[in-house]
Amino acid sequence: MELQVTWFVLWGVLWAVYFMLDGFVLGAGMLHRYLGSNEAERRVIINTFGPVWDGNEVWLITAGGATFAAFPTTYALMFSYLYTALLLLLFALIVRGVSFEFRGKLENDRWKGAWDTAIMVCSFLPALLFGVAFGNIFRGLPMDASGYQGSFFFLLNPFGLLTGALFVFLFLVHGALYLSAKTDGDLSDRALATANRLWPFLLVIAAAFLVAAYPATGLYGNYLDTPALLTLPLLAVAALVSIRVFTARNNVLASFAASCVTIVLVVATGVTGLFPNLIPSSLDPAYSLTIFNSSSSQYTLRIMTVVALIFVPIVIAYKVWVYRVFRAKVTTQEVMGDEHAY
Amino acid sequence: MDVVALSRLQFAITSMFHFIFVPLTLGLSILVAFMETRYVRTGNELYKEMTKFWGKLFLINFALGVVTGITLEFQFGMNWAEYSRYVGDIFGAPLAIEATLAFFLESVFIGVWIFGWDKVSKTFHAVSIWIVALATNLSALWILLANGWMQKPVGFVLRNGRAEMVDFMAMVTNPYGLMKFAHTIVSGYVLAGFFVLGVSAWHLLRKNRPDFFGKSFRIGAVFAVAAILMVVLTGDYSAVLVAKHQPAKFAAMESVWETRKGAGINIFVIPDPKRECNLVEGPCIPNLLSYLAFHTPDGEIKGLKAFPVEDRPPVTPTFISFRIMVGLGFLMLLLAAVSLVKSLRGTLERHPLFLRLLVYAIPIPYIANQLGWLVAEVGRQPWIVYGVLRTSDAVSKSINATQVVISLAGFTLLYGFLGFLDVYLLTKYARKGPEQTAPAVVPAAKEV
Ligand code: HDD
Ligand code: HEM
Ligand code: HEM
Repeated sequence: MELQVTWFVLWGVLWAVYFMLDGFVLGAGMLHRYLGSNEAERRVIINTFGPVWDGNEVWLITAGGATFAAFPTTYALMFSYLYTALLLLLFALIVRGVSFEFRGKLENDRWKGAWDTAIMVCSFLPALLFGVAFGNIFRGLPMDASGYQGSFFFLLNPFGLLTGALFVFLFLVHGALYLSAKTDGDLSDRALATANRLWPFLLVIAAAFLVAAYPATGLYGNYLDTPALLTLPLLAVAALVSIRVFTARNNVLASFAASCVTIVLVVATGVTGLFPNLIPSSLDPAYSLTIFNSSSSQYTLRIMTVVALIFVPIVIAYKVWVYRVFRAKVTTQEVMGDEHAY
Repeated sequence: MDVVALSRLQFAITSMFHFIFVPLTLGLSILVAFMETRYVRTGNELYKEMTKFWGKLFLINFALGVVTGITLEFQFGMNWAEYSRYVGDIFGAPLAIEATLAFFLESVFIGVWIFGWDKVSKTFHAVSIWIVALATNLSALWILLANGWMQKPVGFVLRNGRAEMVDFMAMVTNPYGLMKFAHTIVSGYVLAGFFVLGVSAWHLLRKNRPDFFGKSFRIGAVFAVAAILMVVLTGDYSAVLVAKHQPAKFAAMESVWETRKGAGINIFVIPDPKRECNLVEGPCIPNLLSYLAFHTPDGEIKGLKAFPVEDRPPVTPTFISFRIMVGLGFLMLLLAAVSLVKSLRGTLERHPLFLRLLVYAIPIPYIANQLGWLVAEVGRQPWIVYGVLRTSDAVSKSINATQVVISLAGFTLLYGFLGFLDVYLLTKYARKGPEQTAPAVVPAAKEV
């Protein structure tokens, strides 16, 4: 296999893992104010992801870094074309990260309330913006010989917004299931009920996405060429349905696992449709950025492959270990009695 | 202002803001790890209290270090797309490696450390903060190798309309990058040492927990003395490499206009870039500059006039920043040495004036750190990659001035606000002192 293809796969994996992991933090963050009916519950919610959120966000940094190292031209053009959207994303991620640390540092209801709102808004915005960005990448950006012809508001087209909604609801359900699995009692039940209530919306939006992608994007091209690939979207739909099947049986863990699989398969579906493009041009395919015309040299790709093969498994190993250390449910008594918790 | 100027300003503001938090993280992680190790080894509760008190300050600072880092990573693509495209083949690698090797370790084990007090063994808890300390320093290594490459590009050829990597090991062993790494991390240790000294001095002045803060003070003093000596040593070596690889920057650092053999250092200088000379200079220590640059008394120093005007860096800011950094370095050497002596002799409480001075000295290493970056980065201008790519050719083509004005204003407001809150919280928790877990052995003589 050519190294460009290897890195395309890795690129997709990095995004998939990032959305799977930060997805539940973003989802739980969006629901935090709504599900946490008092101070104790709100602290419980933040502490369910407290030990892991930063480690999850690093998958985003790595996805960005890998784009830079393996496909520098794509990194350069994508980040500068999407300037304003990325700026909003940055601001939201910055405020979100700070609010977890700062919220508990003053015993003052207005202080805490303000950070709670910040957590909600700054979890919603990234979810939406990632969706809008990927929706537009699927559609293709208006690029030609003279560069980029779009603007920020251009990104807010119906298909972009639909993909944004898809991401928001994927993460909402994902986060609700995570909270239900990581808490107990009333809070856990309410989180589960919320997941069930949100799920039909997710199903409808996902269906709309699959239909709209046909006229709006070139995603189906690869699938029509190689119908065997259609297993990917079919499995994604199956995983999405099984989320609800498992919640009906009150098996929250299985349902959360199904939600993880759904997110990974949704990303896989999109990325497979994109191949070998990284950003298609909606004006003229000759100006599309592909893994071949925007990649690093073979030498650099080789070095990066060695680094990735050695270190990514190590990272996964200690991440799995940490999730095991913190696998217990987070309870009110524990959080309120712990000076170290958020 | 045009897109280039605005983007430069934005990069300067966001990276300098990131670097307010980074050096404390670099140094304090090691100190906290040391304290916790003492606790695990001796079982002395005092060290546990120290771990928790300094650890809390560490975490407040750490949070902002983390969130401001992402901005920098994104900005290379957002504002410097031509740069990223042109050198990404070689420059992207250390950034991606930094994330894979260092950021994962750091972010995962900081979680274990914050939340794992009752979930992992005592020993492993201490190990996890050592891992964090190691990982932060490792992240500094890779980012500084990247920056070192911009200062002294190695291991590449110009091919296919860009710079392509041909020798990875050349970048990894680039003396310029390794030197930057050494000088920068020990500058962080100095800052952490002075932070601990200053906060401890504040409490010692008020006779809060003398046992606790006396011991913290001692640790801070030893660390600061060792680190500042290393700063001076690595700084000297930095200057040698600058003289060798970036003669125009070196000339600007000392405001030397005429090429001269056996050049001396003027104690007092006012540069006059318009007339290409110094308005005032003297008294001169003969041959010192040549000695510092080449370690021989009559090496030839190239003056600024030897370079075409368009290849010269801004002289005044480079010169002033360098002077003050070095001056503050020697000032801190003195302060740290006196602190250590007084602490070893146990005579600290008899010198309230000195203690007060140490409280006011907390900002000094912060200033020196920022000025150091100004020397390195402003002195590199007009190049973004020295001798290879000019800053003016590096900016993104698809962004316009309005966009950058908006983002610049946004960063300034947001960072200003967060910086204010951070200083407020740090001060609050620093003043509060350690939480009393066990009944106090020493009568707490708190004044209101
Ligand atoms: C000398 C050290 C040093 C320097 C010059 C820089 N950084 Fe930094 N960076 C660190 C030392 C550091 C650190 C000490 O390792 C931090 C601070 C707090 C932390 O978690 O890690 C960090 C955090 C940090 C993060 C967040 C990691 C996380 O989420 O855990 C990113 C993405 C960057 N940095 C990226 C950059 C970029 C792109 C830089 C250059 C333009 C840069 N840093 C300069
Ligand atoms: C955190 C420590 C750093 C600080 C405080 C810092 C400071 C600065 C400053 C003040 C400028 C503006 C110089 C000018 O426009 O005259 C600048 C520019 C720049 N620096 Fe750094 N820098 C740091 C680290 C780095 C690192 C590690 C890299 C590369 C990996 C880097 C890459 C750049 C780039 C791309 C620019 C923009 C182009 C330019 O104006 O030169 N900087 N930095
Ligand atoms: C006392 C004598 C000192 C000398 C001779 C010295 C020398 C230097 C030189 C020559 C540079 C520029 C390197 C380049 O352009 O690539 C530099 C940069 C720097 N200095 Fe210093 N320095 C001294 C003290 C300090 C102190 C006290 C601090 C802070 C506590 C400090 C922090 C820095 C930093 C952060 C940089 C930027 C990173 C780098 O380029 O290595 N320096 N120093």
